[in-house]
Amino acid sequence: MNKWLMIIDIEKCENCNNCFLACKDEHYQNDWKPYTLSQPLHGHRWMNILTREQGEFPYISVTYLPKPCFHCEDAACVRNTSKKEIYQRSDGIVVVDPEKARGKRNLVKACPQGAIWWNEENQTPQKCTLCAHLLDDGWKAPRCVQACPTGALTFKSLPEEELFSFIKANDLESFHKVMRGRSIVMYKNLSLYRKCFIAGSVATRKNGVEECVEGVTVELFKNGSLVDQKITDSFGEYRFSGLPEKRGKYQIRVIYQHKVTDEFDIELVESCFAKVSWI
Amino acid sequence: KDGVKKYTNNTNGGPVFVYVKEGRIIRITPIEFDDNDAPPWQINARGKTFTPPRRGTVNPYVLALKSLIYSPDRLLYPMKRIDFDPDGERNCQNRGISGYERISWDEALDIVSKEIQRMKRDYGPGSIMNGSGSHHTWGNLGYWLSTRNRFMNSIGYCPVVHNPDSWEGWYWGAMHHWGNSMRNGASDTYGTVEDCLKECEMIVFWSSDPESTSGVYGAFEGTVRRQWAKELGIEMVHIDPYYNHTAALLGGKWIAPRPDTGNAMSLAIAYVWITEDLYDKEYVALRTTGFEKWRDYILGLEDGIEKTPEWQEKETEVPAREIRALARKWGTRKTYLSPGGLAGFGGACRSATGIEWARSMVCLMAMQGLGKPGINMGGLQQGTPVDTHFFFPGYAEGGLSGDLDGTSLRVNLYQRMPQLPSMNTVAQMIPRLRIPEVFLNGSCEGYPTDPKTIEGQFKKFKYPAPGYSPVKMYYKYGGSHFGTMPESNRYVKAYQSDNLEFVVNQSIWFEGESKFADVILPACTNFERWDIGETANSGGYSHHQFTQWNHRIITMQHKCIEPLGESKSDYQIFLEIAKRLDLGAPFSEGSSELEWCRRLFNASDLPKVISWQQFMKKGYYVVPAPDESLRAPVSYRWFAEGRKKDLPELSPLPSDYTEKWKSGLQTQSGKLEFESSSLKRFAPDDPERPTISKYIPSWEGHGCKDLVEKYPLQMISPHPRYSFHTMFDAKDGFMNDVKDHRILKKGHYYWIVRINPLDAAARNIRQHDLVEIFNDRGSVICAAQLTHRLPPGVVHSCEGSARYEPVGEPGNSADKGGCINLLTPGKSIIKRSHSSAPNSCLVQIRLWKNEMSEGK
Ligand SMILES: Nc1nc2c(c(=O)[nH]1)N[C@H]1C(S)=C(S)[C@@H](COP(=O)(O)OP(=O)(O)OC[C@H]3O[C@@H](n4cnc5c(=O)[nH]c(N)nc54)[C@H](O)[C@@H]3O)O[C@H]1N2
Ligand SMILES: Nc1nc2c(c(=O)[nH]1)N[C@H]1C(S)=C(S)[C@@H](COP(=O)(O)OP(=O)(O)OC[C@H]3O[C@@H](n4cnc5c(=O)[nH]c(N)nc54)[C@H](O)[C@@H]3O)O[C@H]1N2
Ligand code: SF4
Ligand code: SF4
Ligand code: SF4
Ligand SMILES: [Ca+2]
Ligand SMILES: [Ca+2]
Ligand SMILES: [Mo+4]
Repeated sequence: MNKWLMIIDIEKCENCNNCFLACKDEHYQNDWKPYTLSQPLHGHRWMNILTREQGEFPYISVTYLPKPCFHCEDAACVRNTSKKEIYQRSDGIVVVDPEKARGKRNLVKACPQGAIWWNEENQTPQKCTLCAHLLDDGWKAPRCVQACPTGALTFKSLPEEELFSFIKANDLESFHKVMRGRSIVMYKNLSLYRKCFIAGSVATRKNGVEECVEGVTVELFKNGSLVDQKITDSFGEYRFSGLPEKRGKYQIRVIYQHKVTDEFDIELVESCFAKVSWI
Repeated sequence: KDGVKKYTNNTNGGPVFVYVKEGRIIRITPIEFDDNDAPPWQINARGKTFTPPRRGTVNPYVLALKSLIYSPDRLLYPMKRIDFDPDGERNCQNRGISGYERISWDEALDIVSKEIQRMKRDYGPGSIMNGSGSHHTWGNLGYWLSTRNRFMNSIGYCPVVHNPDSWEGWYWGAMHHWGNSMRNGASDTYGTVEDCLKECEMIVFWSSDPESTSGVYGAFEGTVRRQWAKELGIEMVHIDPYYNHTAALLGGKWIAPRPDTGNAMSLAIAYVWITEDLYDKEYVALRTTGFEKWRDYILGLEDGIEKTPEWQEKETEVPAREIRALARKWGTRKTYLSPGGLAGFGGACRSATGIEWARSMVCLMAMQGLGKPGINMGGLQQGTPVDTHFFFPGYAEGGLSGDLDGTSLRVNLYQRMPQLPSMNTVAQMIPRLRIPEVFLNGSCEGYPTDPKTIEGQFKKFKYPAPGYSPVKMYYKYGGSHFGTMPESNRYVKAYQSDNLEFVVNQSIWFEGESKFADVILPACTNFERWDIGETANSGGYSHHQFTQWNHRIITMQHKCIEPLGESKSDYQIFLEIAKRLDLGAPFSEGSSELEWCRRLFNASDLPKVISWQQFMKKGYYVVPAPDESLRAPVSYRWFAEGRKKDLPELSPLPSDYTEKWKSGLQTQSGKLEFESSSLKRFAPDDPERPTISKYIPSWEGHGCKDLVEKYPLQMISPHPRYSFHTMFDAKDGFMNDVKDHRILKKGHYYWIVRINPLDAAARNIRQHDLVEIFNDRGSVICAAQLTHRLPPGVVHSCEGSARYEPVGEPGNSADKGGCINLLTPGKSIIKRSHSSAPNSCLVQIRLWKNEMSEGK
């Protein structure tokens, strides 16, 4: 049996909202029974795009995380509902049954991810269906994936036995660590969103004129051991990224022409610009 | 299948499939190709092969169209202002205040046609003014340059003439150095995608965010090409006070200058090149004139000020060392310059220093050898190797307008689609930026936007024109101006003037300005009528603009559903008024809209490759990419190599060459002129526009000490990413829910102002707080978005709100709709122009507490 796989590449997402809007276009004023009833005009975000801005002007990074229902393997929402209002199909798609779930507002809480939304108009909990009504009709991908212009969203159908090796080979991660097993929705480059950075730059004064210094080696240490090493670019800048946040003290060492020209400690709370090292 | 029909249509954000069930649109999707569609081009660069995906992309607002077509803000019935009586009290002062009542089409059309007759009878020619927005629902037939022009020419009208707002600094400035009048002073970009991918080492995006603006009409076609550039390791630099979406997606160095200081930075870059010998001396000697004069100015020989990186730091606040590093990088690498989302746009060109900025963009590239391999204009947004010879008309080719003067009909289309010519006999014109002064002052003046030749912009015109009537009636098409025109409280007030006796507004939606009409005529969208068109094919002043697209996709624009309510196509509305004036036959030539589509089809190259029946059925045609040997040459390569111009365009016109046809540029010398001979002829001593590009501090910038004390924040107002000006904003559509477009607070969707957290903290402003942005010109209430994407001292709020919601008296109170242009200056960049500088705007911001208190 084939399984679906939606891949979300954080590096390629630019918050264009095509996915979010295509989802609305597909579901607003369209009842796709028995998959779901229509989505209300406002409020629901079946594809919820989160934004993370890090750093301080002008050393920043901005990343986006499109977040639909993950269609979790062994989904919490299915486990949390005893009466089959939410069920998982054999291809992995998790569906909220619009009839059985009608009137049951507390089902919104069945998902620890906040992926279920309450529809006031027709009194049902609703969420992303992975566009199952289209997939069952022969479509190759859901609406959000079709509308994504950057390749941030891609979609696959893979034999179950190949799934695991594919996920490994492509370095895909699921969103939530405590979530058991895999989900149909997997992320690439998730660390860009989750991890943080320390940036800095190196400059000098020559004949009374300030210059950026390119090609300087900058080393990052934690508890005395080398974590990473960067070479400054033509603007004299370096950036250590992929660091876990709120995690302790680092030391930075700036080495120019084999000499240590600056050395300092930095406590990392969130992404930051360390300093300009004048050498 | 299941009673679902699949149609095609088109938009300015991409062609679409439209799924219709039981007379209702159920979904709108991008077009994906089938196996019969032509294969795409390939580019081999640095050992890799690149080919675009077999589909068309769409802009976000295209995916919101269903909600806009069925929007509650649709005008579904003709309406009349309740206290407007054409035979009695008109109550002009109540425009924008009193409500409307539904009337029948007959009544509405009778009022309008009688008013047209009364104007001509009582006042004479010139008394009827008509203007539209710059853009339109897609299609060559319905476009305002087509149907509207034919009708207005038929009745004789005083046209509102547009300033070149997309190009400003390019038109009034850059053109004087390199010509390119046909493109309003912007660059041509043939062959640049291939050249850039093969040769270029760095791209400088300067005031350029194609990931938000799509060039214009380019959807996300350029995105994949920029991703290839990233893959190839081409370095990128982004010069923009806002950390824009192109920078965020592609990475590279972000340089954030203070707005409106661009030319200080450019001069400092040139300073480094001159003093460190980093420019192409041979090219400068062979291909340019006047360099010495510019060089001496930069070195301080003229005014005693050396334009060093340190000097620019005081203006731009960008560290001198970074500019030095940038200049060295640029001077030693083959570099593409992308000024604006399209090469020849950019928010920086719409500011008080915009003319000087655009001029220096050209001069910088002249110093680096514009046209040599890997050295050119563009950010991979234009210049794909598609077929430029296959003819299909663009909208500026005027469709059925018959208008040989006001469109480029005569260039390509008239010969192929004979039609009754139409001609406006009224010679009086109104500069669009001065519409309010027509009613508030009774006089105004402007300079023309005339792309024929460099000198086209010099001929000042005045209102009233000799022997013509003052304007008494305004036939307004669309309702965008409060959101898009500078200092727009002026426009609000003009509507309430008694000098304006009658206003009719023909619109699809109830946008800001439509609520100030006496009679409203409801038009329908292009999904409710027939049309035919190709995305991004503008023709005219944006010749071959479809080279932004990876595939040329020409669509039949099916009438997918019946017009909603009692709305009608613009063509039908005009036809019915024309009939009342016995003009039915000359207006329509007896052709229905579908018949006009077929005439346009027959005029194009389509019949050579597909039958009308097949085209109607399939709905689109993908023009095959030409053989590699037939691709357009690279722009300016001919010039760099001293050959004759070899590009697929008839520009400049033959008479504009100085020596021999196709030899040299349009300038008097035929060379790239650092010192402009056209400006030397026209106004050599104009301090606002010297003959060489200089640093002239902004008339509303950080240096205006008194003003800065009151209004310390510089506001930039770029184009809205999630709407196309006013067209896709608000209207209770999906866009209201896009977090980066509007913010829901207390049941109201507020426009967004972006502000650095330091400036916010100093004003006690927290994320999404409601704030008042104000200056002497007006006051707008927005929701604050705190962000480090801007330097302290700079705020960012897009133009283009479709809503105007004054909390008190219209024109004199704060607006909670989000018309940021209430705040921008109405003055022209320089006196000898008809131009706008919305990005030169000082404001103050404070928390908005009392919903009912009056603003400024
Ligand atoms: N602050 C600031 N202001 C700016 C700019 C800026 O950078 N900053 N940029 C400037 C630029 S470059 C431009 S181009 C202008 C654009 O400003 P405008 O020209 O005012 O805006 P458009 O979107 O072209 O307006 C089109 C209008 O036509 C209506 N319309 C569309 N299709 C149809 C149709 O089929 N039938 C009818 N009857 N009506 C229709 C729309 O609803 C809309 O009201 O804004 C300028 N304003
Ligand atoms: N989604 C969408 N796309 C559009 C449009 C739209 O309304 N919506 N409008 C279309 C039209 S008509 C046009 S003319 C084009 C406009 O295309 P552009 O003129 O290229 O677009 P803008 O958004 O005005 O400006 C681009 C960038 O310039 C920056 N900028 C502003 N002031 C300065 C400055 O002083 N210096 C520097 N270095 N940068 C500055 C802004 O932050 C912005 O990121 O877009 C077209 N595309
Ligand atoms: S994300 Fe939530 S709703 Fe979706 S499958 Fe997992 S637990 Fe269920
Ligand atoms: S898969 Fe379908 S339902 Fe789910 S977010 Fe995408 S478009 Fe919406
Ligand atoms: S459509 Fe793609 S790029 Fe755009 S917001 Fe969604 S995932 Fe990101
Ligand atoms: Ca007459
Ligand atoms: Ca000439
Ligand atoms: Mo424009």
